Amino acid sequence: MFGAANFLTSKLESAIGWARKFSLFQYPFVTACCGMEYMAAACSHYDVDRFGAGFPRFSPRQADVLFVVGTISHKMAPVLKRIYDQMTEPKWVVAFGVCTCTGGFYDNYATVMGIDTIIPVDVYIPGCPPRPENVLDGLMKLQEKIQAQHSRKAVLPAQRFYAPKPAV
Amino acid sequence: MLPSQLCEALAARFPEAVLARHTYRNDATVTVRPEGLLAAARALKEDPLFQMNFLMDLTAVDYSAFGKRPPARGAFPSSGVEVRPEDGVPDEAPWPGPAVGERFEVVYHFFSWPLKHRLRLKVPVGEALPEVDSLTPLWAAANWFEREVWDMFGIRFRGHPNLKRILMYEEFAGHPLRKDYPVNKRQPLIGPVN
Amino acid sequence: MTEQSLETRDMLLNVGPAHPAMHGIVRIITRLEAEVIREADVEIGYLHRGFEKMSEEVPFNGVIPYTDRLNYVSPLINNMGYCMAVEKLLGLTVPERCHYIRVLMSEISRVCDHLTCIGATAMELGAFTVFLYMIKAREFLWELVEEVTGARLTISYCRVGGVKADLPGDFAGRAQEAIRQTREVLKEVDKLLTRNRIFVDRMKATGKITQEEAVSYGITGPFLRSTGVSFDVRKAQPYAIYDRLKFEVPLGVHGDNLDRYYVRMEEMEQAMRMVEQCLAQMPPGPVGVSPETGEPIPAAEMVDKAKRGEIHSIAGRAAVTDPTLEGSGQSAHPAIGAAEKRVFLPPKEDTYGNIEGLMQHFKLVMFGHGIRPPKGEVYFPVEGANGELGFYVVSDGSDKAYRVRVRPPCFTIMAALPRLLQGDMMADVVPTFGSVNMIGGELDR
Repeated sequence: MFGAANFLTSKLESAIGWARKFSLFQYPFVTACCGMEYMAAACSHYDVDRFGAGFPRFSPRQADVLFVVGTISHKMAPVLKRIYDQMTEPKWVVAFGVCTCTGGFYDNYATVMGIDTIIPVDVYIPGCPPRPENVLDGLMKLQEKIQAQHSRKAVLPAQRFYAPKPAV
Repeated sequence: MLPSQLCEALAARFPEAVLARHTYRNDATVTVRPEGLLAAARALKEDPLFQMNFLMDLTAVDYSAFGKRPPARGAFPSSGVEVRPEDGVPDEAPWPGPAVGERFEVVYHFFSWPLKHRLRLKVPVGEALPEVDSLTPLWAAANWFEREVWDMFGIRFRGHPNLKRILMYEEFAGHPLRKDYPVNKRQPLIGPVN
Repeated sequence: MTEQSLETRDMLLNVGPAHPAMHGIVRIITRLEAEVIREADVEIGYLHRGFEKMSEEVPFNGVIPYTDRLNYVSPLINNMGYCMAVEKLLGLTVPERCHYIRVLMSEISRVCDHLTCIGATAMELGAFTVFLYMIKAREFLWELVEEVTGARLTISYCRVGGVKADLPGDFAGRAQEAIRQTREVLKEVDKLLTRNRIFVDRMKATGKITQEEAVSYGITGPFLRSTGVSFDVRKAQPYAIYDRLKFEVPLGVHGDNLDRYYVRMEEMEQAMRMVEQCLAQMPPGPVGVSPETGEPIPAAEMVDKAKRGEIHSIAGRAAVTDPTLEGSGQSAHPAIGAAEKRVFLPPKEDTYGNIEGLMQHFKLVMFGHGIRPPKGEVYFPVEGANGELGFYVVSDGSDKAYRVRVRPPCFTIMAALPRLLQGDMMADVVPTFGSVNMIGGELDR
């Protein structure tokens, strides 16, 4: 009896994962240079629509995946956090480009050294900017991750994460 | 007009205000006293001799570390040989250097579209009272440029309608392009200081 | 009810910094009376990355990658502007072919920039097809750029004193093919947009500015030319080899969004003509293997032979290098860079094959060494995609710049944005903001 229930649950979870990974509604949080490559990846030549992620939603409340595309400065950081908070669960974050991963070569007073100091990140796509092939690779990695996630665990990713100090 | 003629003409108009002039690498450059800035700028704009209708750029330089920056520490010290210009490049006068004694220089670049000439105007500004007259009554472009100089260098502009930070946020303390501001001193609004 | 008039109140509406209809992060606070914008305040700085501070921390050649990321839609023009400013400080002239390569690549960049600008504007006005077409054309050009520089977007192709490498052998044919494809796309876009009622209605008479105001704001580039002022740095003070190219400066009449669209469309055609002229006029590049020097040998083999002192077997021979270094060998070297040894890297054969070349290489790349311009200050303007792009460089005689200031062309245009929006409808923010072609990296640096 227990076995059958587990079997059903895991099948259901994999079906949910399958459905989720092919209907990614993304929110492109485009700030900088990487946006140009994001455009290239999203348009006809490379076409992210093949992966079910072709429909950007420009409202955080309707999006599943937050694509943080480009350098985040300290002035922009509160905005990014707020947009992340506005997204509904389940949600994932892709750090697009090396500035979002680590701050890149902008190691100075103005730049956040990696957005994972502010919000949790699921997939890091390095490159300055990453080539569209690289972006597609990252997207497929995200799909793998979504497929493997348990739907109930995926509900609360933020809890697993260290909550940053509020602004003083 | 040739760069040297431009400098001469401005110096002839304002003999007391002009502190120095040079045409290093064919860039006409005139240094004026802060008191003479507004009059000189107005003359540049309105005098048919100059007709500088564009304020192309407005910035500042912090000369407090000029020539005092420590050499890079490496296994082999550099011989420090400078590149000399090629033959044919006008190098009749070496660069006279920054105005002695004052920490900042506010640098204006003017361009005349009708006459196709450029002029650089420099104003030395002291550290104790970093303040110069605003050029906003003459050029609308000065508004944002001056806000940026205030933001980056902490130089105030007398008569500016809205002198507040433009690139950094209000909570930011200090002026990042001053030479004594460390390059990676961060003041985050949220998140850890790293 | 009949006596009382309806209460009208001004409303404050905040747009941005992350807003769907705006490509770029900027915050516009508008005061609306019904749907008409009475006042607007623009806040920028969300992409401030400290370009000018970083430039004081790295050697002269190390600034070049940072300049790529200023106007990241036309990085080659930024490269060229910065390198020419430092060359002016050094008092250095570069070979003719190098000038042609730089001009050719910056005109390709200009086309890419205008494609992106018009594409994005059209997309925000609902013409998504145009955006897809424009990005397709840009992709043709980027493949060409990649062929030359090894990167698509952030290319760091120029060096102080030259360019990284010569053009590949079959470049002319490929460039002509890419231009032909781009022209086709532009023709399609022209059909889709130029007489499109919706597009024209939204662009016409919105975002208007007069000549006097534009000049007072220090606006340059296509934006200024849409008002009828024929100021173009390439014509007013020709640099590099622009005085040898035949091109026209398209001018608008009204200074509104539609005129800016026309000016940009025509500028693309002029830029492509300049590319064709460069290809035709360019002095010939490397001749390939000459019979007396013998076949090229692999770089690693050359290094081994040089270490063992077998100088005679490698003297004068070309090295087969990594693809990223292709076109920078000794046959191409005199054509792509200045002869000044304290500025420009030696050909790879010298670095691998003899001690003088190796020392020259190290003296340029080692920490604390590098290029040392004399003390001085220069300002050098080039015509960027958005207008006059000037670099003001101050040197204190060390290996790092004392101050690098960039005059960002879209900064002055953004400063005029509150004025442009005043009196227009809320919906006109989108086309006006589109035609400003705000590029965050350049605006906020």
